Amino acid sequence: MTRFGLDDVTVDEDGETALATVDLDVTPGSITVLIGADVAGKSTAARVMVGLRRPDGGRVRRPADRRRIGYQPEAAGTWAELTVAENLAFVASAHRMGSAGVDRIEALLDVTALTSATGRLAGRLSGGMRQKLAVAMAMLPEPELAVLDEATTGLDPVSRAELWRLLARAAAEGTAVLATTSYLDEAERADEVVVLDEGRVLAAGTAGEIRAGFAGTMAVSETAIPTGHAWRRGSHWRVWSPNGSHPPGSSLVAPDLEDVVTAAAIRRREGR
Amino acid sequence: MNALVSAAGVGRRFDDFTAVDGIDLEVMPGEIVGLLGANGAGKTTLIRMVLGLIAPTFGTITLFGGSPGRQARRRLGYMPQGLGLYDDLSVAENLRFASRVHGVAQADSPDLATVADVIVAELPMGWRRRVAFAAATCHQPDLLVLDEPTSGVGPLARAELWDTIHAAADGGIGVLVTTHYMDEAEQCDRLILMAQGRQVTAGTVAEVTRGISSVEVVAPDTAGALGRLEEAGLVALPGGGRLRVPGAEETRVREALAGQTGVRLATTPANLEEAFITLVAT
Repeated sequence: MTRFGLDDVTVDEDGETALATVDLDVTPGSITVLIGADVAGKSTAARVMVGLRRPDGGRVRRPADRRRIGYQPEAAGTWAELTVAENLAFVASAHRMGSAGVDRIEALLDVTALTSATGRLAGRLSGGMRQKLAVAMAMLPEPELAVLDEATTGLDPVSRAELWRLLARAAAEGTAVLATTSYLDEAERADEVVVLDEGRVLAAGTAGEIRAGFAGTMAVSETAIPTGHAWRRGSHWRVWSPNGSHPPGSSLVAPDLEDVVTAAAIRRREGR
Repeated sequence: MNALVSAAGVGRRFDDFTAVDGIDLEVMPGEIVGLLGANGAGKTTLIRMVLGLIAPTFGTITLFGGSPGRQARRRLGYMPQGLGLYDDLSVAENLRFASRVHGVAQADSPDLATVADVIVAELPMGWRRRVAFAAATCHQPDLLVLDEPTSGVGPLARAELWDTIHAAADGGIGVLVTTHYMDEAEQCDRLILMAQGRQVTAGTVAEVTRGISSVEVVAPDTAGALGRLEEAGLVALPGGGRLRVPGAEETRVREALAGQTGVRLATTPANLEEAFITLVAT
């Protein structure tokens, strides 16, 4: 089976390392998710994967035929002056999909709940609806490899669930899906998770494997604890103890992927 | 205490499309009010009316006791979804410009000092949002309106921006904020949930989630169970090796999973995200 991915990929941007010896696999029929904080290098990895950015070192495995790659760039990917229907029809005709395209457009409109908006200009859609359109366009030609950059950013919980159903369906049909996200609960849905931190792979594996490799303990507290390792989430505070001794007044919890990424960001800041 | 802003039965039509349809809203000093809703629910249109940028088709909006005109807008800070920064100016230049527009002396921003000379276009999203927040609050507004202030930002930067929002509210500023992150919505004093222009529900987190339950599914074959539930038209949310099905009847979940071995089900109170999905999807 063909596998797509990055081998030992390095990218320098303006003299700084954007990606450092990054390895990742995107397997047909499965979903790989890239997570990390703001300067992790997720978008750079996505751009290298689809061939928009040439790596300064290493090798990229992708379909030889560029038309077999679907790509949804971060916060872009639609034509503002075209309607929803015209955007999709344009992609279908560019890929010479004929009547198969018509059926697939209908199915994609249905799963993204955009059927009632087909006549609206993409530029006049709400941010989230435009985002769903961009993903539908990337998935329309049934790509072998689909790369989605922050596809769910700005989407409401219902739309996020719809979009994940779309990705799961594409993977079930054999597409290799690579998605970056800043919603870390989503990574739980992926077959493979890669945690990037300042361009390096911090951890990779299933969500369970990554949680199991967490260094230290996590606790929750009802009040702020001034340890420098506590941050607010919802109505309480998460407290990370790198050495495993949680502060009094807090109760131990199992770490989740958001804790993994946040602890990495704190560790990096302290290392400076 | 008087409300900083209040909307009474406010609505807005564009041609034959009603974007906002009869919303009531009030923000008091020191209060954080969250505006939640599906994409296209009319949140941004409502905010634009509160800001006085577009007039309501029906209903009234009162801003600082008067109409949302130019004078009232001076007491208001606004951070749009698109941030409203000048991408080709540096951080310091953006902040200087914002201060001059509001006719105030430029305040020190010690936490932005390290990036003062960086062109905004070159900053990561988390930093850009911090700059936009500083620009929106440079004139010490009484009411702060934030439209998805943390979209696309990593968890630590989100937590820090919310610390800043809480500090502003503790200082007496009223905050009206939209977000799609439910952990952020949980930090609001009150919530208003919109769908298709209308108010679906409003209240504290406890009030909004009251009476709504989710079915928790523990199954040896989680992926298989997820597929079966989705085939049955049920939204299932995976997490921590379990699945949660918001707003569903336990019998319906059991039917969808008939034939799967070792499945355990339990009906539990819904969290905010699950309540949102239940209320908006039905």
